[in-house]
Amino acid sequence: MPVRHPGRWAAIAVLAVLAAMFLHLLLTNDRFNWRFIFVSIGDGKRGVMFTGPVLEGLRGTLLLTVSSMVIGVALGVVIAIMRLSPNPVLSWVAWLYTWVFRAVPRLVLAILFGNLGILWDRIGFGVPFDEQLGRLFGVSDLNLQFYSIKATDLLSGFVAGMLALALSEAAYMAEIVRAGIQSVDPGQAEAASALGLSRGQVLRRIVLPQAMRVIVPPTGNETIAMVKDTSLVAFVPVTFELFFQLQAISSRTFIVLPVLIAACLWYLIICSVLMIAQYFVERHFGKGYGATRRSRKRPVGVEGATP
Amino acid sequence: MVRAENVHKSFGHLEVLKGVDLEVRAGEVCCVLGPSGSGKSTFLRCINHLEKVNAGKIFVDGDLMGYRERGGKLHELREKEVAAQRRSIGMVFQRFNLFPHMTVLQNVMEAPCRVKRESKSEVRERALALLDRVGLGAKVENYPGQLSGGQQQRVAIARALAMRPKLMLFDEPTSALDPELVGEVLDVMKDLARDGMTMIVVTHEIGFAREVGDSLIFMDGGVVVEQGAPREVIGNPRHERTRAFLSKVL
Ligand SMILES: Nc1ncnc2c1ncn2[C@@H]1O[C@H](COP(=O)(O)OP(=O)(O)OP(=O)(O)O)[C@@H](O)[C@H]1O
Ligand SMILES: [Mg+2]
Repeated sequence: MPVRHPGRWAAIAVLAVLAAMFLHLLLTNDRFNWRFIFVSIGDGKRGVMFTGPVLEGLRGTLLLTVSSMVIGVALGVVIAIMRLSPNPVLSWVAWLYTWVFRAVPRLVLAILFGNLGILWDRIGFGVPFDEQLGRLFGVSDLNLQFYSIKATDLLSGFVAGMLALALSEAAYMAEIVRAGIQSVDPGQAEAASALGLSRGQVLRRIVLPQAMRVIVPPTGNETIAMVKDTSLVAFVPVTFELFFQLQAISSRTFIVLPVLIAACLWYLIICSVLMIAQYFVERHFGKGYGATRRSRKRPVGVEGATP
Repeated sequence: MVRAENVHKSFGHLEVLKGVDLEVRAGEVCCVLGPSGSGKSTFLRCINHLEKVNAGKIFVDGDLMGYRERGGKLHELREKEVAAQRRSIGMVFQRFNLFPHMTVLQNVMEAPCRVKRESKSEVRERALALLDRVGLGAKVENYPGQLSGGQQQRVAIARALAMRPKLMLFDEPTSALDPELVGEVLDVMKDLARDGMTMIVVTHEIGFAREVGDSLIFMDGGVVVEQGAPREVIGNPRHERTRAFLSKVL
């Protein structure tokens, strides 16, 4: 007698009807204006998804995502290591950083960074407090800056937006990396230092590669969240960004829904690519682990034929 | 080869080692027995400075471990210098602690390549020979997770030997193994002892201690209660505590 699953069939039927209704809506309601999305926006030969400014905005979004994630991850690793350091000052500074940057909303941070240029005329590298030191010794206008740039130029919209996203991301990444490092059996670091590896080598070669298994999945989440959070920089304001460009078109043409759909489609595409990338990264750092489960099925002592 | 003088170690208020003395000559196998919590692992970890001693001195091959003596005062060595001292001391753990993300061969090659910066082909040759010696020549490309406990522990021994240590420390190397796998690990250790390796072995394998050990110490409550030739101590314990312990494990 085959087992019956009446509940399962009922669920499938309900879902099928809902899917049919949805498809029907998509295909027959001309408010979606698929032509406008894919083929032509009327005054151009391309659909709204593929017009120049939108593609330019897409490039901006991708650039913002990649650069703020790279800075965020790198800084996050440093802060996590500081947080776990036996030095109480380093650990406290790291705690303070995560506290501040997790507390302030990204939107507020983005707008704040966009306005930071007000604080300084110029930003540069050099001897700190050079002007004050000069005054102390009676030299006016002592300038020991090796390189400086007008603050409003440096903190132009894009850089300000990127910094806001990256610094906020670093706070979250620091917590993720810390959890990853702490998930590694302390016996690993012990065995490595007993072999004579230095503390840096233990971290780089033994602990971090194993921590990656715990770090990668939430980092994938963070990256996908970052793709979407890049739309916040529109308030810096940055116009070199996907959603801003799409919105500009909708306020020019008064066509709202198809533009929103186009935005959804782009975000879907980007996230799909990222998910594929995550799969491969996870597989890379899972080396030596998946095998455990497979070999456990074999009884002890029975050696598989070695090729 | 190893000389410990009046070693004290506390964790917070808990005094784990209360003045341990030990002398192990080159080529000797010293077995350490004692009930759980008596400080055996802690003492072993003090020898390669994985734990800092609170008082006392440990010399390995004439070098004071972890400190430099200058003007009658002890100065702690820098992290790099401690790492350098550890290179000549191999350690084998109860739970193997192989690196799970590396193959067996990479596990063995890691330290000689990274720490001593020896040429890769030379290290590879030596690693393969060592793995052959512990009977794992056919498993070099496997990951530790694909090996049995006994095989993993033999890899751990090969990994330690790849640094050409002067001294090997074993912390209950067979306690985490199924009974039928204990023999294969002990065989490798016997082989090492025959080759003249200086070894300090914390173990509950009385048979191994009697057969291979040149000396035996019995620890309890952070002190060495009794020491001497293994047959003497095991066959004819003088202390009440030793007798009580042996009657339980034999
Ligand atoms: N890092 C630590 N922090 C605090 N206490 C510790 C630490 N390591 C060990 N101890 C304590 O020191 C005592 C001795 O521990 P140790 O591991 O040296 O015993 P052992 O003789 O090796 O016992 P076993 O046979 O169970 O391995 C125990 O009471 C243990 O709880
Ligand atoms: Mg122990």
